[in-house]
Amino acid sequence: MSGPVDTSVLFDAPGPRARLRNNALSLLALIAIVAVVYFVYLKFDEKGQWEGRIWEPFAEPSTWTEYIIPGLLGTLKAAGLGAVFALVFGSVFGLARLSDHRWIRVPAGAVVEIFRAIPLLLLIFFLAYLAPAVFGSGDYTLIALVAGLTLYNGSVLAEVVRAGVLAVPKGQSEAAYSIGFRKNQVMRMVLLPQAVTAMMPAIVSQLVVLLKDTALGYIIAYVDLLNYGFKIIPAVFFGSLIPAAIVIGVIYVGLNMTLSALATWLEKRSRRSRRTSVKPIPAAADIGE
Amino acid sequence: MNDLIKYAPDLAAGFLVNVELSLVCAVLSLIAGTVLVSLRVAPTPVLRTAAATYINIVRNTPLTLVLAFSALGLSDTLGLSFSKEPSTNAFWLVVLGLSAYTASFVAETLRSGINTVPLGQAEAARAIGLTFFQSLRMIILPQAFRAVIAPLGSVIIAMIKNTTVAMAAGYLAESAFVMKDTFDDTGVSIPIFIGLVLAFMAITLPVGFLAGRLARRLAVVR
Repeated sequence: MSGPVDTSVLFDAPGPRARLRNNALSLLALIAIVAVVYFVYLKFDEKGQWEGRIWEPFAEPSTWTEYIIPGLLGTLKAAGLGAVFALVFGSVFGLARLSDHRWIRVPAGAVVEIFRAIPLLLLIFFLAYLAPAVFGSGDYTLIALVAGLTLYNGSVLAEVVRAGVLAVPKGQSEAAYSIGFRKNQVMRMVLLPQAVTAMMPAIVSQLVVLLKDTALGYIIAYVDLLNYGFKIIPAVFFGSLIPAAIVIGVIYVGLNMTLSALATWLEKRSRRSRRTSVKPIPAAADIGE
Repeated sequence: MNDLIKYAPDLAAGFLVNVELSLVCAVLSLIAGTVLVSLRVAPTPVLRTAAATYINIVRNTPLTLVLAFSALGLSDTLGLSFSKEPSTNAFWLVVLGLSAYTASFVAETLRSGINTVPLGQAEAARAIGLTFFQSLRMIILPQAFRAVIAPLGSVIIAMIKNTTVAMAAGYLAESAFVMKDTFDDTGVSIPIFIGLVLAFMAITLPVGFLAGRLARRLAVVR
């Protein structure tokens, strides 16, 4: 059997007529795209969105140092803490699900399955209202956000870890046992080192989801990039919502694309790697919110 | 427990809105995703680039930003309006944002499905003289869909859970908002939270089960 379809074989190498048709279609598509862009331009113009006044703040260094960078730091703080805790949670529960002991395996599986099924925003709201009831009043937005991100993404990562360890060929652990390794030596010295290489791309993809999910902090009034962009900046510089939305949108997309590119690079590298006998595990089908 | 019983009608009404949003967005995002993936693999380079750009940008943007932008940017600032009734308008803004977001993931999933279709299928389709759209419609996409039913199911499940983010677009009717509103009245209530989680599971688990079953039944034998 031949390999998978690459887009170029879905259609013939264009002959003279197809080239003509392609060029005509390209032209039409370009006209359509230009028309859409022009329509957006007109709409912006109609509502006065091109006025220099509302764009000027973003050329001032003080806007960046006072609003955008603190917002970005808020987002990165939540994402960093969430990532660290989620990785710990994921490793612990992923390995616990592989335990030989039923009393560890079953509860760990239940925790992972339940937290994966809860809509993340419901979980974050619940934690944000639960924390003051348990620990007394205070600002728990960061804690609720990080805890929610940890429980949800940690559960997804637990599945990645489990899949990674299970994907190591059986011969590896059999060989390790046969030369007299103990259970935890097999895991620590044979299975995990190979599994980690195969898991890396999927883990980084999940971190992209986690970074996107920090934006939920906006809804519980955690002061992150989205909050600065959509609430604070438009309040300070009246009318500059659209410019602010575009600026922070570019920042989010840039950050996530960098991380995604890292995941792709890691996947290519791990496919070539001779240090592991495991193929990279596919990323969890998770679209984030 | 008393809180759950007392507020059950409100919560149920809110949850029904989530179901409604899910149904509308599932249909729209599957259609839009199919159109996007067709453009993504089209022979015309401009269309391919346009679709790829859209998919890459939207996939890397937080849904909360997409929804907040459709309400504050598109509607409030630029004057896009679906209805004079504010809540109807907000409903369709959520549908717009959530479908636009989910469509990019549907398109990516379908593209990985297209990648599972063997080369010979596309070559055979061309050999019998099918045009690009004929081969896409009759040969490639049907097999691609059947290969990715399970991942598409996961995307739809995630979309159902994402309907809770609707309040970012100022649509204050679905269950996450009702829960928050109730907590403002009564303080945190564990039964209410568990009740809602179970309600979501009552939808997402069967969808996942159905997708898994369909994926097995419709898998293309190669």
